[in-house]
Amino acid sequence: MHLAYPAVLSALLFCTGLYGVLARRNAILVLMSVELMLNAVNLNLVAFDVWLSRTARDTLHSGQALTLFTIAIAAAEIGIGLAIVLAVYRGRGTSDIDKLRDTAEGPAPDDSRGDGTEEAPVTGDEKAEATA
Amino acid sequence: MSLAAATAAAARATTTAAESHGFLSPTGVEIAFLLVGLVTFGAAIVTVTTKQLVHAALWLVMALGGLAVEYLLLTAEFIAWVQVLIYVGSVVVLLLFGLMLTKAPIGRSPDADSGNRWVALTVAVAAAAALVWVVVDAFRTTWVDLKGPAAGSTEVTGASLFQNWVLPFEALSVLLLAALVGAIVLSRKAKADATTPADAATPAGAQSRRSEKEGTR
Repeated sequence: MHLAYPAVLSALLFCTGLYGVLARRNAILVLMSVELMLNAVNLNLVAFDVWLSRTARDTLHSGQALTLFTIAIAAAEIGIGLAIVLAVYRGRGTSDIDKLRDTAEGPAPDDSRGDGTEEAPVTGDEKAEATA
Repeated sequence: MSLAAATAAAARATTTAAESHGFLSPTGVEIAFLLVGLVTFGAAIVTVTTKQLVHAALWLVMALGGLAVEYLLLTAEFIAWVQVLIYVGSVVVLLLFGLMLTKAPIGRSPDADSGNRWVALTVAVAAAAALVWVVVDAFRTTWVDLKGPAAGSTEVTGASLFQNWVLPFEALSVLLLAALVGAIVLSRKAKADATTPADAATPAGAQSRRSEKEGTR
């Protein structure tokens, strides 16, 4: 198989995920787009590992091992990310990233006051993590 | 002069490689890979553009399943089934739980996309063009040999994982434990802030907190 096929597919999937991360407004949709980008990286790793295991007689199988590690880390990331998003939602009543602007620079309009105004310091921290 | 020589050498390499592999005469595996890749890419596009939030998660299932088929075509069987188990099986279910718990609107939500959509589209198209150009130019004469025993069967993957990658593997289990504890702590702390201490001391408060935690996981 031509190596350009998986490489091009992975590049296209990565850019699709990039568009989703930049353009989506719901935090959970942004997490979905991050998953797409991670999967593009996985496809690249697997394709190059299959190529190298035949061409360069590579018996380390680093690509497939790293793919397994990426999948496990992505599962951990989605768990933590959803916990953060749910905490933000519980405090603010929204998971809309555009409205979480407490730490934004400049005179941004702060219309993000939900029903949890008494816990602003905590949710501020969580919001910074969620948008980072 | 040297540039011309390099170009000629590259052209010769391309010609010889094309002769040995049949340039622009795709094999059956390549055609299958291309078709599944088109389906995967289309599902990914719909995932990031649809206005219905739950449909985005369901299209994500299709994209991830298509990627599992691509792994099978690349003879990485173990990775393919891990992909099906973890991504399609658990990650998408977690995402759907997240959508439900944040009361995502069922049906079309016109504000699913941010205002900087066109900037994002420009950046993504520019990145795609640059990446595809570089990748195609770099691997024009590279072929993957898919004949012979599978490169990613369970036996091969397990042997390499437990011979060469034992220490990262164990470190990863510690990381998973840390993520588990972190998710529990995050959801508990938010719940303790939301409820008053008197409410949390009652059995009903503890009960609701426990169910909340299970919903988060």
